Order: sequence, then C-alpha cells, then structure tokens
Amino acid sequence: MMLVDTITQGLLLGGLYALFAAGLSLVFGIMRLVNLAHGDLIIMAAYLILGIAMALNLHPFVAVLLAAPIMFGLGWLLQTHLLNRVLGADILPPLLVTFGLSVVIQNGLLEGFTADSRKLTAGSIEAQAVHLGPVTLGVMPLLTFLSAVAVVFALNQLFYRTALGRAFRATSDDAVTAQLMGIRPQKVFAMATGIALVVATIAALFLGTRANFDPSIGPARLLYAFEAVIIGGLGSLWGTLAGGIVIGVAQALGASVNPEWQILSGHIAFVLVLLLRPRGLFPRAND
Amino acid sequence: MTPTRTAGLIAAFVGLAALYAMPAIAPRAVVQDLFGILTLLVLAMNWNMLAGFAGLVSVGQQAFVGIGAYAMFAAIILLKLDPLLGVLIGGLAAAAFSVPMAFFAFRLNGAYFAIGTWVVADIARLAMGQWKALGGGTGTSLPKGTTKDMVGVETIKQVLDVSGAAAADALTYWLMLSLAVVLLVASYVFLRTRMGLGLQAMRDNETAARSVGVDPLRLKAWVFLLTAFGTGLCGALAFIQITRITPDAAFSVIDWTAFVIFITVIGGIGSLPGPVVGVIVFYVLQRLLADYGTIYLIVLGILGIVVMLFARRGLWGLFTDRTGIDLLPLTHRPPRSVAPVLPPTKRTA
Repeated sequence: MMLVDTITQGLLLGGLYALFAAGLSLVFGIMRLVNLAHGDLIIMAAYLILGIAMALNLHPFVAVLLAAPIMFGLGWLLQTHLLNRVLGADILPPLLVTFGLSVVIQNGLLEGFTADSRKLTAGSIEAQAVHLGPVTLGVMPLLTFLSAVAVVFALNQLFYRTALGRAFRATSDDAVTAQLMGIRPQKVFAMATGIALVVATIAALFLGTRANFDPSIGPARLLYAFEAVIIGGLGSLWGTLAGGIVIGVAQALGASVNPEWQILSGHIAFVLVLLLRPRGLFPRAND
Repeated sequence: MTPTRTAGLIAAFVGLAALYAMPAIAPRAVVQDLFGILTLLVLAMNWNMLAGFAGLVSVGQQAFVGIGAYAMFAAIILLKLDPLLGVLIGGLAAAAFSVPMAFFAFRLNGAYFAIGTWVVADIARLAMGQWKALGGGTGTSLPKGTTKDMVGVETIKQVLDVSGAAAADALTYWLMLSLAVVLLVASYVFLRTRMGLGLQAMRDNETAARSVGVDPLRLKAWVFLLTAFGTGLCGALAFIQITRITPDAAFSVIDWTAFVIFITVIGGIGSLPGPVVGVIVFYVLQRLLADYGTIYLIVLGILGIVVMLFARRGLWGLFTDRTGIDLLPLTHRPPRSVAPVLPPTKRTA
C-alpha cells in the first residue's frame, strides 16, 4: 500500500517536472535550441508572480494571468534580439549565450531579491486533500499534474491543429523550404519562445506554491526538465510528460528508501533509460 | 623564425622565470592569488581542448575536479599516503571515471552531451555525499599539518627561509605552474601532430575528415580521457590548498565549469593563448568589482554573450585578426611542390 502511495506521489511530482520541461521541449523540438537559462527563467517568472501578487494584493492564481503576457513579451524579445542571432549549425554559440544568460538572470535576481527563500501563498487550498480509495492526494499536487496534462494537450492541439502549429512543424522539419512557402522562421521562433515562457510561468506558479524558492535553484530545475525532455524523446510533448513522470516516480521511490537518494535515483533512471534507448522513449524527429 | 615569434618567445621565457621566482620574492598572499589564477587557467586549457578542438561541449568538468579532490583526500586520510602521491592518484581516479562516463555521454550528440555530462557530474556529487568515511554530505578536512609534511616542503622551508605553511604554498604553486606549462606545451605539440591536425579537421568538417581516414571516436575518446586526467590533477592540487572538502564545493558547477567556460570564450575558444588572455580578464574583473558582490558574475555573463554575438574567436582572435600576430599558430602552410601547376585555361564566361 505504501508502494502505491509512493508511486502516486511520484506521478504527481512528475507533473511538475513535465511543466518545467514542456516549454523546453517545444523550443528544442522546433529550433534545436538548448536553452540553459530555462530553469532561471522559471525562477524569474516565480518572482514576477510574487511581485505582482504583492504589489496589487492579488491571489497568485490571478497574478499569473498578468505575469504570463509579460513573460511572453520577454520571450519574444529574447528570441528576436539575442537567440536568433546565434542559431545555426554550430551548437556552441547558443549553448554559451544561454549559459551566460543563466548566470546573468540568476545573479540579477540575487541582487534584486537577496538569497532569502520566498514562497507564493495560495491560502487554504494548499492544505486541502482528496481521498481516492487507498491514497490521499493533495489538491495542489493534483492540480499541478492536471495542469501539466492540460498544457501538453493544449500545446499538441496548437501543434497539430492550427496554422501556427503547421508553421512550427514545417520550420522544425526544414527551415529553408518553409521559408520558400512564405514562413519567416525568425518570427516562428519568436512565437515559440514566447509560448515556452508562458508555460514556464505556469510552471513557476506551481513551483512557488508548492515549496520555497530562491534565486539559486534554477539550474537544478533545468536539469530535471532536461532529463524529462531527453527521456521523452526529441519533439514529442507527450513523451516529455512521460519523461517527467519517470523522473518523478524514480525520485519518489528513491526518497522512500532514503531521503538522500531522491535526486540520485532520478538521475540514475535518466542514465538507465538512455543506455537502453539512446533516443528516448518516443522520438518524433530524426536528429 | 619571424622576429615577432623570437620576441614573443623571449618575453614568454622572462615571464615564466618571473612566475617561478614568485614564492622567493613576493608575499604569500600574492602566491596564493596566483595559485587561484593558475588553477582556473589549467581548467580552462583542458576545457578548451575539449570544446574548442574536439567539439565536446562538456558542462560536467566539475566531476573530474571533485573526483580528483576526493581521491586525494581518501589517499591521505584513509591510506595515509603523501599528499603529492594523493594528487597523482586524484588525476588517475578522474581519468578512470572518465571511461564509464564516456561510454554513456558519447552516445549523446551535441547539446545532449552537455546535459548528459552535467547529470553524470551531479551523480558523482550525490554519490560522494554518501561516502561516510570522508564526512558524507558535510565533508571533511585534511588532518592538521598534512601539507607541512609533504615531500619537499622541508627543503623549501630551509632554502627560502619561510614558515612551513608558506613552503607548502610555494610547492603547490610550483606544481600548478608546471602543470600549466606542461599542458600548454603538450597541447601545442599534440595539435601540430597528425592526430592534432585530424582533430581540428574533424571539428571543422567531420564528414570530410572521416573521408580522409580520421577516426573521430578514437580521437575524441583520447582527448576526453587526457583532459579528465589533467582536470583531476588540477582539482586535487587545488584542494590541497583549500584543505577542506564538501561535495557541493568539490563538484560546484559555477566554480569549476561556468567560470572556466567564460574564461575560455572571452579569451578565445579554439586558440591556445585564448585561456591565458581570458584568465587575465577574469582576474582583473573580479578585482575591480570585488566590492560589489555578484556584479562581476553578471558582467562576466554579459561579456560572454557579447563575445559570442560579435567576436566568436574571443579577444585573442580579435588581436590576431588586427595585428596578424599569432604566438602559437596552429595553421599549416600548404606544401608548395604538391600543388599541380594548372595550364592556363580559356575563360568561357
């Protein structure tokens, strides 16, 4: 029974990791960009939600609605002014630019908000739980997981049912030919990064309400997110959700044996999956 | 030999002699400062070989620093060996760790490789935290007086007429300086050989390099193994000076990899003098902005981004382009006699 409970908690934790990873997966799938600043951008979004919630005295769930468009704009600007300039066959420049960005954001937040850990307070909902047969589920973790499923579903709808999604897929498959058909890859990329940062804002909401955060925790979140993306397979959003769940369940199982083994078991699950399937569980694109 | 190269070589020898003389003429604080700079330089030269020449963008170099340092601590505390032997063991342990790491990470391409190495380094950090004999997660210190009992410290103490601690500083400093010099010379010699040429050919165009018989996997594996050895030695030596180890400090991605990446990029990735220039810029920045907390990190990050946007070959690349001076050139002139003399052809267009 303990095992069922542990796995369920791991599953819900996996939802949070999938939220961290969904934006990353989108950007990686469309433009092969590895954004090493993604974790720090999530933390930045958490501070943005916190700032809006405190300044306007709003509930975090409302503040996120104001934060999301700001983050979209930031993503758009970031892509058009910085990242589009370094995308190319050589993977080194985008890696190093986003790595630089990560250090700049992390230390900028440290200067602005100090190293004190903060939390988004969501009120009584934080302590509520539902009983499902043998297991008890926290409402917030459940909400996190359902949001992850909803985000992945929405992104998939966008990807496969809209004109923008068609442009995404076309650019992902062959940017040059897509250009011949009247698509401007730079604009498509800017949209993608904007959407990725909206997803990052949603992730930030659940990260911030679930536990304390401070400016230094971005890189660790980035690592879990990347593990989810890579395990899931390049370009597959449902794969990313599955990857997040694999990491979450592995961490929960490890933690149930010894709390010190939580993160270690997640990493080991990542290594094992890649040893067995180097291209991840559900690879969509060849790359 | 051109006049600039002769002048450059003479300047290099004079500078090197001055650096070796430092423990005898400068105060201990200067020697310790220089030791810190040299540590970063050695790490940067190793990373430059990996990323700048072999195309292996690793974000997991802290794995080798940490493993080297932990192996050195284990050799001293558990096996009661001399610290200098411990340093060698540290290097070997890092090299040994690089083999299974390569088997895993080499399956991953490009960006995946960066993340994969980072994850492996984090696994090593967490695993070392479980090593209770070396203090687990809270770490441990070297036994008191360990460094003063190192081979050679007693002699240095008498010759320079300094305290035991200063003599230990001098010894580790000379070793780090020698490691930097050996690494620079070895890199130059290696890159001028057939294998080195193959490595650069592979970086520039892997398919073309393979078509003329370069074996990319073998070359990359060698570079990965050797730089792991160098990074491990450097990490072990650095932690003799620090005398205290924790998993978070020994496997710090910021201290041992992020700084190193920025130093290499700003100085000039893919050139041998690049890391030297970069480490000087880093040190000056750190000094100038010492009173403003983490501002220097922000400046460093922005500088790294600017270099990637506007001058991909870094400050050294800019300097060579402007002046034509290249102190450690890696380019080869095409052989004159081999090129066939083409008969003049009629232009049709």
